[in-house]
Amino acid sequence: MGNEGNKFKWVGTRQVRPDGVDKVTGQATYGADFTLPGMITGKVLRSPHAHARIRSIDTSAAAALPGVRAIVTAADFPDLPSEVVAGGEAPVNYRHVSCNTIARDKVLYEGHAVAAVAATSTAIADEALALIKVDYEVLPHVIDVADAMRDDAPVLHDDLITSGVDPAPKKASNIASRTEFVLGDVAKGFGEAEVVIERKYTTQPVHQGYIEPHAVVASVAADGMATIWCSSQGQFMVREFCAKLLKLDDASIRVIPAEIGGGFGGKTTVYLEPLALVLSRKSGRPVRMVMTREEVFRASGPTSGGVLHVKLGAKHDGTLVAADIELAYQAGAFPGSPAIPGCMTAFACYDVPNARAVGYDVVSNRPKCAAYRAPGAPLSAFAVESAMDELALQLKMDPIELRLKNAAKEGTRALYGPKMPTIGFVETLEAAKAHPHYSAPLKPNQGRGVASGFWFNIGGQSSAAVHVNEDGTAVVVSGNPDIGGSRASMALMAAEVLGIDYNKVKPIVADTASVGYSFLTGGSRVTFATGKAVVDAANDVVSQLRARAAKLWKCDVEEVVWKDGVAYPAQGQTDTRTQLSLAEIAASAARTGGPISGKACINAGGAGPGFGTHICDVEVDPETGRSSVIRYTVVQDVGRAIHPSYCEGQLQGGAVQGIGWALNEEYLYDDKGRLLNPGFLDYRMPVASDMPMIDTVMVEVPNPTHPFGVRGVGEVPIVPPLAAVANAVARAADVRVNDLPISPPRLLSAILHK
Amino acid sequence: MIPPPPGTGGGFPRHAMATVILQPAFARRLTGGVTNLDIDATDYQALVEQLDEQFPGFAEAVASHVAVAIDGQIYPNPLLEPIGPTSEVFFLPALEGG
Amino acid sequence: MSKHHVSTVINGEPIEFLCETQQTLLDVLRDELGFTGSKEGCGSGDCGACSVMVDDRLVCSCLVLGAEVDGCRVETIEGVAAGGNLHPLQQVFLNEAALQCGICTPGIIVAAKALLEKNPDPNEEEIRFWLAGNLCRCTGYDKIVKAVQQAAAIMRS
Repeated sequence: MGNEGNKFKWVGTRQVRPDGVDKVTGQATYGADFTLPGMITGKVLRSPHAHARIRSIDTSAAAALPGVRAIVTAADFPDLPSEVVAGGEAPVNYRHVSCNTIARDKVLYEGHAVAAVAATSTAIADEALALIKVDYEVLPHVIDVADAMRDDAPVLHDDLITSGVDPAPKKASNIASRTEFVLGDVAKGFGEAEVVIERKYTTQPVHQGYIEPHAVVASVAADGMATIWCSSQGQFMVREFCAKLLKLDDASIRVIPAEIGGGFGGKTTVYLEPLALVLSRKSGRPVRMVMTREEVFRASGPTSGGVLHVKLGAKHDGTLVAADIELAYQAGAFPGSPAIPGCMTAFACYDVPNARAVGYDVVSNRPKCAAYRAPGAPLSAFAVESAMDELALQLKMDPIELRLKNAAKEGTRALYGPKMPTIGFVETLEAAKAHPHYSAPLKPNQGRGVASGFWFNIGGQSSAAVHVNEDGTAVVVSGNPDIGGSRASMALMAAEVLGIDYNKVKPIVADTASVGYSFLTGGSRVTFATGKAVVDAANDVVSQLRARAAKLWKCDVEEVVWKDGVAYPAQGQTDTRTQLSLAEIAASAARTGGPISGKACINAGGAGPGFGTHICDVEVDPETGRSSVIRYTVVQDVGRAIHPSYCEGQLQGGAVQGIGWALNEEYLYDDKGRLLNPGFLDYRMPVASDMPMIDTVMVEVPNPTHPFGVRGVGEVPIVPPLAAVANAVARAADVRVNDLPISPPRLLSAILHK
Repeated sequence: MIPPPPGTGGGFPRHAMATVILQPAFARRLTGGVTNLDIDATDYQALVEQLDEQFPGFAEAVASHVAVAIDGQIYPNPLLEPIGPTSEVFFLPALEGG
Repeated sequence: MSKHHVSTVINGEPIEFLCETQQTLLDVLRDELGFTGSKEGCGSGDCGACSVMVDDRLVCSCLVLGAEVDGCRVETIEGVAAGGNLHPLQQVFLNEAALQCGICTPGIIVAAKALLEKNPDPNEEEIRFWLAGNLCRCTGYDKIVKAVQQAAAIMRS
């Protein structure tokens, strides 16, 4: 694994990840692989109706079935008040989480959990579910976001009054909130525009599509101490949500993270964990619960679909003078769509003096949405970047030139207020323009689309510890589930600071009782914030190592220099002292003061925003409407690639998810609000034969607030592809489809009617 | 904070102040529509205390689910982040991710 | 209802087990025999995470009943490495970062191994179509395809 000419010894090199051997040999333990003696199986009874009142639940026949050890309903859960609480970072309404975990009074989507049983076998559990009698009063339902906003729409929550509207409405509706961001004066701006593009766009909810269904094992001891093994994006989040839902102390729950088989945001909440916990408590046995694929689709969060209206105003030379977006995002059964970040990111790529974004968060009878990679941004970027493409066509301007002309730079004021810090958007545009892909020739029925995208990335709380072993090797302890190779990056950064071989530094992902609090894996934060904590902890160790050397040399610690894993006397001192390696200092640790461990607990601010520009070539079959992506290039500012291969992997994976979102993925409902395609056959995600190679260009404009210049990279790559694909299809087929997915029937219809 | 009128002496130092900029909807709710405020404070906590004095309820409104951007850098749960004499301060919805 | 008594050879070892009629081979491997390397991603044969070989044929073990493999040879991911030595596919997947979360990796390695045993020099299209039944949501398939190409070259030399 070469150094490739970079200035660091380990950071930036392509080492083998420490958890890799287990994963290629099938030895790694994911949530459903874990077993405990005496473990029984939990299953969930789910609503067959999209919207209904629960009149009664009779579990008596199920309870009498031999082998059934526990049954739970909402009656086993505290009745929480409806209030928005700071849940780690973003606001959480725990009543909504609780009611989503198990329905109280009403079921709000087909698949909504109504009861759960634990039994000695899966077969008995399934039989027990069939014996639970639920008396429903079926209510009219509403699926589509535009329909849900109408005055005559069935209302899901009779206490939901739209917030952010003044005066507040008197009647409940399905519009949970309205948010507005304003910069400058859009009316004046549009008045000065020489060309205006105004369009409506729609997108459909799409599922994160992780291949591993949700899985948990919960074991509650007789004294109430609960231990949970689960795959999630945050063991501390699981602990917090279970504690809040069940009114338990954090200290009485220990969550041990299993390896996770994909999350993408969809595992930043709980579904089964509280149910498994209560079933275990009631039965006195460890309980395992695993969702089927059908349950994953029927009952776990997709991201929102939406309706977006975009208006762009520009001068003939391409200068943007005004931009306006009004969007309505579907939250599913409970409020909480990413309408706000959708608004905030919409125009973030551009320096527009007059801009406005209005966002509506709308509920409907579908599963409660969950985060999905840059939540809210792909939809608004689809709309804005499609409109930009039409603007480029109308102005007869090269699409990259149009973006360069208006590109956000350091100091550009964003719609949501602050000026951009050091960013690398222009660099991505220049790199895309210079890439051979951009000038490669196209054949008939082929088209090329360009689109850009932005994501804030977040920082937040992380804790880390670095322990020096007696032989001078080290353990790096942190608390973030490793979704895509972050563990390796922690070891790379620690090895760099300590100055020892990467293979002598072993990272682990610890449980909630073994490392300080860490906010979940998401928001592209781990390499940035947890990385910072690891660097701080390693620097703490280096200070201690220098102090131990100073003790042995009987000098001041200022006279000790640490370089490449060795303590040296500073220059100019007498030469009676020699150097001391980390291993030597470790060997004498007991005599110089005891074990050597460093720690850091931080709340990282200053996360560096990320930008990307994608180039997509599509070939359209005009007879079937099928679009094939034949070439794709991702250019992204990654700050600094700690592990280049896993960084590239994020770019490639995010792009392909976006391609699926653009071309094929959607939920299909019947007229009773029941999902028709809850499986991978008909919920069509990209397969290997659909995709070309995904070329990547990692531009590095280091983030000055991170010791190695890291920017989050995981989310940005899903933001541009929706429009990159749509723009390519529009140019290939000579007709524009503004409604996703651009599946063959939709495109064919557009081609035939053009 | 209103500086004393010129000519009153008393040695009150005249210096630049941090600018707090609020989104209009936020301002309508908390400051009667005032979107730009000059505040003399050297850290976030002091800034919020002063805003709360002028507009009671401000501190509680930003106590949770609000991040703050100080000179373009976003801080998720600010308390004592330093604020410079020409800093720009924005209150933002708390950001998450996926 | 009595269970079925099944005799097989799994990863070269003779193994006997009891199973219910409705238990799939995947259920048996994971829940009865402790071979948790094969994963259930969908239960309907659409994702390939449960890929195993039965009598040299690549199958989704969620679509095979446990009782059906009586008298058959089964090979799972646990049998791909020879003792402590990784198969070239496994080593190349590690070197080339052809996995992120790793949940699809066992199925993909079993499937890719089957391809290379049948066709030692597949082109990109052949690899992609062979692996079309193995869903991956993390990688976008690029590094997976390149890893299979590289492993094939190593195995040919």
